[in-house]
Amino acid sequence: MKYTLFFNKSEPSDYQFLGGKGASLASMSVANMPVPVGFCITTHAYEHFLTKSGLKKEILELVSSIDFSQVDDLDKTSAKIREMFMKMDIPAEVQNQIKQSYEELCLLCNHQNNLPVAVRSSATAEDLPDASFAGQQDTYLWIVGENEVLEHVRKCWASLFTARAINYRKDQNIAEDELSMCVVIQKMVNARTAGVAMTLNPTNGDRSKIVIDSSWGLGEAVVSGEVTPDNFMVDKIMLEVIKSNIQNKHIEHIPDKENRRVLTREITDARATEPSINEAEIKELCRIAKIIEKHYKCPQDIEWAIDADLPEGHNFTLLQSRPETVWSQKKVDTSTIKTGMEGILNTLMNPISAKK
Amino acid sequence: MSQKFISPYDHKAPAGAEGWKELYPYYMVFQENLKETEESKFFFCDSQHWPQVFKPFDAITVEFAVKCLGQYNTRQWLIPPANGIDFKIHNGYCYMSPVGVAPELIGDRVPQFMERAGHYFMNWESLLENWHVKVKGVIDEMEAVKFEKLPEVIDMEWVKNGVGLDPTYFMIQNYDKMIDLCYKTWQYHFEFLNLGYAAYLDFFGFCKETFPGIPDLSIAKMVQGVEVDLFRPDEELRKLSKLAIELKLSDTIINNTVEEALASLANTDAGKQWIAAWEAAKYPWFNFTTGNGFYSTDKYWIENLEIPFGYIQDYTKRLANGENIDRPTEAIAAERERITEEYRDSIPSEEAQAAFDGKLGLARVVFPYVENHNFYIEHWAMCVFWRKMRELSAVFVEAGFFNDVYDMFYFRREEIHQLLFDYGRGWAMGVPSIGPDYLPTEIARRKKIIDALSTAAPKPAFNEPPAVVTEPFTIMLWGITTDSVQGWLNSGETTNQLKGMAASPGKVEGIARVINSPEELGQLQLGEILVTRVTAPSWAPVFGKIKATVTDIGGMMSHAAIVCREYGLPAVTGTGSASTAIKTGDRIQVNGSTGEVVILEAA
Repeated sequence: MKYTLFFNKSEPSDYQFLGGKGASLASMSVANMPVPVGFCITTHAYEHFLTKSGLKKEILELVSSIDFSQVDDLDKTSAKIREMFMKMDIPAEVQNQIKQSYEELCLLCNHQNNLPVAVRSSATAEDLPDASFAGQQDTYLWIVGENEVLEHVRKCWASLFTARAINYRKDQNIAEDELSMCVVIQKMVNARTAGVAMTLNPTNGDRSKIVIDSSWGLGEAVVSGEVTPDNFMVDKIMLEVIKSNIQNKHIEHIPDKENRRVLTREITDARATEPSINEAEIKELCRIAKIIEKHYKCPQDIEWAIDADLPEGHNFTLLQSRPETVWSQKKVDTSTIKTGMEGILNTLMNPISAKK
Repeated sequence: MSQKFISPYDHKAPAGAEGWKELYPYYMVFQENLKETEESKFFFCDSQHWPQVFKPFDAITVEFAVKCLGQYNTRQWLIPPANGIDFKIHNGYCYMSPVGVAPELIGDRVPQFMERAGHYFMNWESLLENWHVKVKGVIDEMEAVKFEKLPEVIDMEWVKNGVGLDPTYFMIQNYDKMIDLCYKTWQYHFEFLNLGYAAYLDFFGFCKETFPGIPDLSIAKMVQGVEVDLFRPDEELRKLSKLAIELKLSDTIINNTVEEALASLANTDAGKQWIAAWEAAKYPWFNFTTGNGFYSTDKYWIENLEIPFGYIQDYTKRLANGENIDRPTEAIAAERERITEEYRDSIPSEEAQAAFDGKLGLARVVFPYVENHNFYIEHWAMCVFWRKMRELSAVFVEAGFFNDVYDMFYFRREEIHQLLFDYGRGWAMGVPSIGPDYLPTEIARRKKIIDALSTAAPKPAFNEPPAVVTEPFTIMLWGITTDSVQGWLNSGETTNQLKGMAASPGKVEGIARVINSPEELGQLQLGEILVTRVTAPSWAPVFGKIKATVTDIGGMMSHAAIVCREYGLPAVTGTGSASTAIKTGDRIQVNGSTGEVVILEAA
């Protein structure tokens, strides 16, 4: 039984054990999209934990005893169940596999058992309200060390039994005895450089271009508009930089690991006016952007980062990709296109250099 | 925009070149009494096709070529906005001035153009098939012409047949015939070229509008063919090199001169087999010049077998070292398809995709001509023409008129008539011709003028440039745009940076070798960067040796650019002055993706 599974080692037959988020990350990773490295703690682990500890029966009885007309009763029972999760030991075979996978992840990122990770719940779609409703509480950032990881895995599992989740299942008639959950462990991105890439030119809708904004540190600075980022226009087919505009980037956001937060720092040295991404990295980013666009079959707006912890050639991280919406929905005006002899005549009468 | 180039009337000839105007026809030089008219036109120097000072006879090439280009624009197709190109020779170099059509006349030309050009586009393949027949016919006719020393007496057969004419009559007729055939060659040269470029330009413009900022190179790669006749001569050399390895003859080939090798090979069966292949490759593929076909001094492989043989030696050495010398044709074809498909997929509307397909389709139909005509005309036909002219000159040498076969080209083509009459007259009357006494001083005088003119480089342009360059063929053939003209105006300050066209991508650093003529190609060392005014396609074999190329002159579709891309070498063309700004031994950086050249360290 696989209690843990790295994203890039998974197969489609595994996806049913990875929950929605886990399956999505695994399939993207397998399709060569560089999501932040990590692994899933499969639903097998959750189920084994419940069965072996005997918690499963107890919980089912508790849930079925809830008087939903009493808000108090729901809250109390929910709290009780979650406390049971936090007190119960995770079976050794599950613990060992989680520890081993975490160690492997640390090694992969050149960290001595102290790699900061994000711990996130990944429920199977029907079990929980959708992500927006589930809220943030089942994502824990800057978790360091195997003990912290194990503790937060338990927290994730327990989050299946928040009052809201239990209530939702009742409303939707979802059976309690088939509940399961996967937990995702991902490296926290330690961005040296980050930014956005669009797989079209947002000024004219030209899909043969990739336009990149890039600045030092975490992507917040670019997304929020606090710095004017370096800007590049790349020919998507030839992967050639057509235009580049290097800006003065006066601040950067960097992780403050101890305090589990983001720090803003001024850039006072020459780095401010140096390109935040080099030509080889631009090419690699564009190669990845093309893969993502092809995967989703429409122009994409991609948030990315270059992770300082990862070796060159493997350091690109895809944070998010959304479909581009402005140009993708526009109708293209083809009324001015002339073809055949009309086209040639038009070309001779209006040579391109005159249009500059 | 009051910036102007110098007027040709103020641009004096170098000392020692006094009297240079008489070396060229009156209509090809700036006339004093037309100063006002000529100064109102913008002229740019065409050193892409004619980088060296013309000897009087050699001006025939610019005269025929540019006149024939014009006749198609002005009189055959009625290209609505463009007539021909006016040109002048000034201080030995040629300058072009595109002739526009008055705006009020453009509209009337449209229906005519549509019908005339439309007919050629509709029937391209069959008309082109006939073109090959016509051109081969001209070449065969030229090959059949013979120039021989006048005999002691008229042949008895002629007497018996009652010919009633003498060999001087036929000699003059043959000379006229050669000029006539050369003229015909250049008419054919432009029969398809202008339209071919127009169709290419149509696709080019569509791509620039649909994919703003698309590299020129991408467009060229989508259109360019994989199997191109222009690459055949080089291909033949590779085949011969492979055969040498296969037949275990590499030692004989590598370690001997061409004469020694051929003599030695004739002694063995394997050697004979190789010689048979070598002979088979010669015709027509060794009718290939190391220049561009426009000069009497061009060296053609077939008359200078040490040139192709030297390349075969290089290839054979590389093969013996285990190198692969094959053109990666499959990879080139696959890359062409990938690029085409990806650009096509970037077009979000089906109508625009259909327009892309149509324009690309036509561009691909016409483009083989654009690439291949160069072999048939500049290489093959002109090889025969120059060979026959040298054959005639050799007759003059034997008759004591010249010391050297190249002396004849110091005379204008109509002056050769006088020489022929002088030769025939003396022969007929039984007295010495006057030429042997008169000509040596005149040749020396003219040589001095040409040498003096050659000491100065041409100016990039004359007079006031137009606000925008719109003439389509100027843009296409010469790569001259509003921007490049501005660039010439702004150059002149000393700088270690040069800007040109990004002709073939990639960035390298290396030692520069400035090559001023094909004879110097042998000096190129492995891994050097070739810097020159203009390259010729027949330099292909040296591209296996070098790291990058930088030229002064070249449009996006110049023959040089095509070959550079073929060899996957970074190239920057059209820098204007690289061959004078850069010195042999300088360490330079060439960025073929951006068109920038930097002199990092002077020699």
